Amino acid sequence: MTSTKVELAHRASANAAALYRGRAWWVDRVAQGVVFLGGLSAIVFILSIFIFVAKEGLGFMVADLNIKEFLTSPEWRPTEDSPTYGILALMAGTASVTGLAMLIAVPFSLGAAIYIGEFATGKTREVLKVLVELLAAIPSVVWGFIGLSIMNPLIMELFDVPVGLNVLNAGVILGLMAAPIMTTIAEDALKAVPDSYREAAEALGATRWQVIFKVVLPSAKKGLVAAILLGVGRGFGETMAVLMATGHAINLPTSPFDSVCAMTATIAAELGETAQGSPHYQVLFAIGISLFLITFVINMAADVFVRGGLRMRSKKA
Amino acid sequence: MVKPATQVKKLEVRDLSIRYGDEIALHSADFDVYENEIFGIIGPANSGKTSFLRAINRMNEMTPGMNVTGMVKFDGIDVKSWRDVYALRSRIGVVFPLPVGLPLSIYDNVALSPRLSGVKSKSELDDIVERCLTRAALFDEVKDRLDSLGSLLSGGQQQRLTIARALSQSPELLLLDEFSIAVDPVTTMRIEDVLKELKKEVTIVLVSNLVAQARRLADRTAFFLGGELVEVGETEELFRGNVQDSRTTDYLEGRFG
Repeated sequence: MTSTKVELAHRASANAAALYRGRAWWVDRVAQGVVFLGGLSAIVFILSIFIFVAKEGLGFMVADLNIKEFLTSPEWRPTEDSPTYGILALMAGTASVTGLAMLIAVPFSLGAAIYIGEFATGKTREVLKVLVELLAAIPSVVWGFIGLSIMNPLIMELFDVPVGLNVLNAGVILGLMAAPIMTTIAEDALKAVPDSYREAAEALGATRWQVIFKVVLPSAKKGLVAAILLGVGRGFGETMAVLMATGHAINLPTSPFDSVCAMTATIAAELGETAQGSPHYQVLFAIGISLFLITFVINMAADVFVRGGLRMRSKKA
Repeated sequence: MVKPATQVKKLEVRDLSIRYGDEIALHSADFDVYENEIFGIIGPANSGKTSFLRAINRMNEMTPGMNVTGMVKFDGIDVKSWRDVYALRSRIGVVFPLPVGLPLSIYDNVALSPRLSGVKSKSELDDIVERCLTRAALFDEVKDRLDSLGSLLSGGQQQRLTIARALSQSPELLLLDEFSIAVDPVTTMRIEDVLKELKKEVTIVLVSNLVAQARRLADRTAFFLGGELVEVGETEELFRGNVQDSRTTDYLEGRFG
């Protein structure tokens, strides 16, 4: 029978396929490889940065540096004959500026995100989104310039203080700087909450605000915390605008009108003037390591908060 | 099937049309729903069943482009004339086709609506939660883990949680939109028993794509087809073949749809 012959031929080709790898198989393999390399490279880069910073600063930190003085003394005099390396004032400068910036940026950005995500529709929404993203693209030196040439005289006049380059100035500038990117991330987090949640809550007779506060915000909590963290990270890491707007004077701030000096700004301003390998050079890297650790701790704390918050809430029930 | 004892009109639908842009979802429907009956709505997809439910508690206001004309009276008052739409919605419970376990604990899911309307006392909330979960045939399965996340329950359990949540506001009207899509047959039967029991206190509108389910539950049934209300009648009469439109029998006997 001829049909059997055809069948046999079919079966033969099917069996051949078992030994032969088709195009799709190879494409899949290559794609897997590329993605793997991409993921690996991120890890490699991060690790090498960490190793570089640690190599330059960690040895000095462990062997020569008086850690207690480093962390608790406000005296930062790296260039004197008997230098003191206390970064308390620098940490206080960074913390005060970032803290003030977050006080400004968190309500602004969450409010903007809620408005854009939950209330604005159509054209308004699109225009606002583009504008916010445009704001996020303003280079930090421009913000520093605004701090220097607009905020500075404004603060002097408004509050009748001799210098307008201070915690208030840098905090406001940094807050405005961080708000757009925080808004964008927070809005993405709100958008990720399924509409079915909103409908279910509205069907229960919840008002718009009740829907947002009882259902949408709790569901988006992780993304919102991520947005705030990004802002905090930006605050700790920002250098140029802070350097220009803080006044760069080493000080333990007692009021928003004190000039301060941030950790990042100190590194940026002084690293170029130090001899490579000198104690001053190495202690600047120690500041870098401290920044690293602080950011790490903040991230961890936020992670624990996000998980722990959930547990707490259900315990209450 | 037994006629509803009272013939008080809970819903009066008059010349109700629903459009999405140029597309007509429901065209000039007129019918009544009586108190304490289960009113079934059957019909193939895209017949306007869900759109009708959304018009009752004014969910259409959340959908851009959805346009409702005509009138739905709830307790004799046009729903559009309710000044406080939230008060209207809190008297109407809705169960959507796909279960929505809000990402709150099981307890908080059920307690959400009472809390929104101002119930604060712990013991009162405990009572509501236990009663609603029991009625939705879920309490025994979850009583030991009321504080775990509602969104982690299985699909069938989430749907019963949704029903418990809808009951938590002590609604006068319960709208069920193809509630059994994501639920296994055994659970479906348990929920159906619950509904038969509930009918004593609540008016129920049951949208179903299962003809047999409408037959099991509904006192009266409306047949929607392509945005047209083909007819409304006593469920048993319709199934006996006492119809005004032959398309109804064709659909009920599975000749199309």
